[in-house]
Amino acid sequence: MMALLDLSLAALLLLLALGVVAERQERGAIIAFLAFGLMLGLAWLRLAAPDVALTEIAIGGGVTGILLLRAEAALRGRGKTEEPLRRTGRLAVAVACAMISAGLGYAVLRFATPAPTLAPAAAEALPATELGNPVTAVLLAYRALDTLLEKVVVLLALIGVWSLAPDGLWGGAPVVKPAAVPAPLAWLARVLPPFGVVIGIYMFWVGADAPGGTFQAGTVLAAMWLLVTMAGLYPAPDTGARLPRLLLAGGPVLFLGIAFLGFVFAEGFLAYPEGLAKPLIVAIEAALTLSVAAALALLVAGPARKAPAR
Amino acid sequence: MTALLQPAILFGLTGAALVGIGLFAVVTQPGLLRRIVGCNILGAGIFLVFGAVARRGAGAGFEADPVPQALVITGIVVAFSASALAIALLKRLSEITIGEGADAGGPEGGA
Amino acid sequence: MSMGLLADIATIVLVSAGALLFLAGALGLLRFPDSLSRLHAISKADNLGLGLIVLGLMPQAGSIAGGLKLVCVWLLAQLSAATASQLLARALQRDRTRP
Repeated sequence: MMALLDLSLAALLLLLALGVVAERQERGAIIAFLAFGLMLGLAWLRLAAPDVALTEIAIGGGVTGILLLRAEAALRGRGKTEEPLRRTGRLAVAVACAMISAGLGYAVLRFATPAPTLAPAAAEALPATELGNPVTAVLLAYRALDTLLEKVVVLLALIGVWSLAPDGLWGGAPVVKPAAVPAPLAWLARVLPPFGVVIGIYMFWVGADAPGGTFQAGTVLAAMWLLVTMAGLYPAPDTGARLPRLLLAGGPVLFLGIAFLGFVFAEGFLAYPEGLAKPLIVAIEAALTLSVAAALALLVAGPARKAPAR
Repeated sequence: MTALLQPAILFGLTGAALVGIGLFAVVTQPGLLRRIVGCNILGAGIFLVFGAVARRGAGAGFEADPVPQALVITGIVVAFSASALAIALLKRLSEITIGEGADAGGPEGGA
Repeated sequence: MSMGLLADIATIVLVSAGALLFLAGALGLLRFPDSLSRLHAISKADNLGLGLIVLGLMPQAGSIAGGLKLVCVWLLAQLSAATASQLLARALQRDRTRP
């Protein structure tokens, strides 16, 4: 029975991906990709990865959707296109891609047995962190350096996006609100955010012991801010303003500060003192959640479109 | 045959196929926005193969190895940031080459 | 024991009915001729189908908090589905009056 579900999920994923390639209209392709993101979330559940499933659905199906649909609307009819390949060229590329897939598929079939795993090591150290969710423990304790660097990458991407604003608009506000706001959207933007914020905080809080965590919670909070801003209830802030910059930098700065304090109070960089691991991790997570939310929302909002208000 | 139907193998193979489909879209699509979407499919395929590795690494009371899973979460966020940067570049490119974004300040838009 | 059995039967009946409604909605989405009637089919079936599935899962929730979460899922899905349907219908109306 479950095999039937898995097979249809796999088939649906492949069909939607092919649909993205074959669909004539750009918008249809993007909608196929959003459906693909949602189905991919289900596939992650079948791979026993609820944390990844939540992230994939929130980011792959949600925020990427807003990003792509806004881009499609802005570029419609004047998007950059390249010369299409000839039929023989396409065939050659198809054969090459099929070979790459076949090679990867062969690797999947020839996975080593017994499978190499770090699960026992993760389980062994889990009591020391006082966390219940091993994925959160990996993200914020065992492989915290990855998470820290990832935050920096997200900030660098945001700086890259901001720097695409014309010189005169540097530090100004992005424009998120469409020309006309339909009434139902404005209504939803008034009703949904209180629930959304509670759900975001809940996801952050249970992340220590159950599926959830900073990225998922941050994405939900970002989506709420985008909803309010897209409905025109509240304008996007100047990218040069102090509060957004404080929120953006707060998470990584706190993370880095605690990491350096590890030299003094624990065994070294990014080590937590014994007994204090959980409160420190929760504090870092809280600041990171706000940073992730601000970064994702501002990445979708794009570069400044209005001169700064000074 | 039954071995093929285990989620780890089945979705691993799906991931391998998605890599090919995504790569095909990146190379052959004439529209640049669609190429960015193709890049995302390619990434999703790689993550899925990694997820299959995680699933097979079940042990110590966990249904899957948490280390690759955490890395995939990090990867999804980084992939999103890359897409956002690519789309911002694409928008700016179309503004500059077609010149319809003059209201946002063209090359001479400096204050 | 009999209570558990009764709950299980209720779950099977309600979830099956919900799944059937989703199937009907999907069929309507694929078969109906124009966008407005497709929207009509999918939004009706969606809301009722999801409601039945949530109702069917209630006996299996295990705790009051779990049940409340299920109700929240249903309410939030209702809210967003209703808004999305309104937005779609308005966009269709606009396109119809403009060309």
